[in-house]
Amino acid sequence: MRKAEIITSAVFLLISALVLYEAKLLGFGWGIEGPQPGFFIFYLALALGLSSVVRIVQVLRDRGLLPGTKFVSAKAWPEVLKVFLPMVGAVVLMEFLGFYIASALYLGFFMRWVGRFSWGMVLLVAFIFALSHYLVFEKWFLVPLPKGLLEPYIGL
Amino acid sequence: MESLANLIMGFGVALTPYNVAIASVGVFLGIIIGVLPGLGGTSGVAILLPLTFVMPSTSAIIFLTSIYWGALFGGVITSILFNIPGEPWSVAATFDGYPLAKEGRAGYALSVAFIGGFFASLFSILLFTFFAPPLAELALRFGPPEYFAVMLLAFSTFVGLGGGSAVKNLVSALIGFLLASVGLDIVTGTPRLTFDSVTLLSGFSFVTVCIGLFGIGEILLSAEESLEFRGEQGKIGLRDVITTVVDIFRSWLTWLTGTILGFWVGVLPGTGATPASFMAYGMAKQYSRYPEKFGTGVMEGVLSTQSAAQAAGIGALLPLVTLGVPGSPTAAVMLGGLYIWGLQPGPLLFIEKPDFVWGLIASMYIGNIIGLLMCLLLVPFFTIILRIPYAILAPLIVLLSAVGSYAVSNRLFDVWLMLFFGVVGYAFKKLQIPLAPLAIGLVLGDMTETAMRQSIIMSRGSLSIFFTRPIAATCTIIALFLFIFPSLRIMFPWMRDRLWAPRGGG
Repeated sequence: MRKAEIITSAVFLLISALVLYEAKLLGFGWGIEGPQPGFFIFYLALALGLSSVVRIVQVLRDRGLLPGTKFVSAKAWPEVLKVFLPMVGAVVLMEFLGFYIASALYLGFFMRWVGRFSWGMVLLVAFIFALSHYLVFEKWFLVPLPKGLLEPYIGL
Repeated sequence: MESLANLIMGFGVALTPYNVAIASVGVFLGIIIGVLPGLGGTSGVAILLPLTFVMPSTSAIIFLTSIYWGALFGGVITSILFNIPGEPWSVAATFDGYPLAKEGRAGYALSVAFIGGFFASLFSILLFTFFAPPLAELALRFGPPEYFAVMLLAFSTFVGLGGGSAVKNLVSALIGFLLASVGLDIVTGTPRLTFDSVTLLSGFSFVTVCIGLFGIGEILLSAEESLEFRGEQGKIGLRDVITTVVDIFRSWLTWLTGTILGFWVGVLPGTGATPASFMAYGMAKQYSRYPEKFGTGVMEGVLSTQSAAQAAGIGALLPLVTLGVPGSPTAAVMLGGLYIWGLQPGPLLFIEKPDFVWGLIASMYIGNIIGLLMCLLLVPFFTIILRIPYAILAPLIVLLSAVGSYAVSNRLFDVWLMLFFGVVGYAFKKLQIPLAPLAIGLVLGDMTETAMRQSIIMSRGSLSIFFTRPIAATCTIIALFLFIFPSLRIMFPWMRDRLWAPRGGG
């Protein structure tokens, strides 16, 4: 946990440095029409940088802080990835196949892989999901969802 | 009396069949969101926000607030029956609610929560009805310095009173502000922090970021603990309702303190139903004649927490409607909605859009009545939802989140952003960095910056303008005190234990 704390603070420090640089390019002083565009973000970044340093000092000084806690325990890692990676896969598929097919594949995959459902159940739920989403969003709420290469063939 | 006439007009708006239907659907979805432990009220409102794009703005706000009322009711069902909080604000309801359910008095515990919570809501809405107009009138005279001072005050309450690490609260708020400033500079139109990327020119969509932080973040978090629901049966009979009403009358003081405390905590910007419920539990225990019995199934334990939570939910909307400053993270999402529907939140709404404001206020009464009825009658149905396996529920929530993020501006890039912020939200939760300041910083960022820049243009660069106007000066000085307060806490450790306040959203 200490390591994770210090790493995040370091990331915040980096962000703060990046914003300070940008603020310098934009100008953070007093321009013709008042404060320049970089004015506000300059002070935000300054405060962020200072807070990160304070946090790092706090963590380093207080040895008793968060003893023995882990950011993510070794046992939990695979569980989290098992949920996260299919999500990423689903969005990648959406880029190519559109929302409906990608989401049905994702839902079916997850049900089969994590839930160990029977194939019949998987197909049924995935199909009902895609159809109900089509009806609710495309027809009822008029939100067109991304479509891929296959939908034109069935006239959508 | 003018309020009364307006309220009647509002009921005219809220009682149209369409709006009553919208409110019922909202409350129903809200209870489901509340019951499901992996899905919080804030993310639920964010995910369903895109559905409001086709509604008139008054129906849209009725829909979103009804979801909130439903979620405030629903969270407690899971807490009492399954000993797993359905929402962060119903954690404290498990302390005494579950023991009661184990004794076989689940129906009684539930009806105490529902009826007590309902009366708390009702009382708070009455307070709301009569406090909102004068507050809005006061706020009408606000100029940029006053607005900036109020925002400063809002953020200082996180740092000073938010509980947990003050530095983390501050960092979270600052990140939110920085995210808000990505895109075109609101005053001069110069691209800022876009790093020459065209996609970033329009900035980060508030809805996308919130769905990621709260929705996806919660899914990832719940992946760690395999949730299994083994709980008590709950069905509310007429006898439960009657004993409840009698018992609430007997412990009216517990109820009243919980409600008023909750309302006040809700009004304070940034703190919502969650800290309110913990504080109310603590207070009920402290002033009880039998504090040692708390935690073993005392009815006051359920009554106080639920009253405070629901009162805080109502209170959180007061600064939202009158000032345009959200009182809780969920209210912040609603504020994001107001911008999307093309409304300018703040006191002018009372003048320019009275049907919107009073329709909303009237719908609070209606939404809570619907909520109470649904809860009393449909508890067995809502517990069935908990039997939906995780392997279906998790991908379903992910896909709904994806639709929500996509629908804001019809680009898949936002869905990627949602995943990114999901990871950020997960990491923040693991590191105990609160997400609420970030969400509120993001939604208020532009307004805060504009107010700040206009103020110092007015004063030609001098910060003294925040100290010379009476309202601005009061707010600024309190805010500065709250910012400095945590460092005092570090220097004088004895203060730390006394003034501890639980952290949380809501």
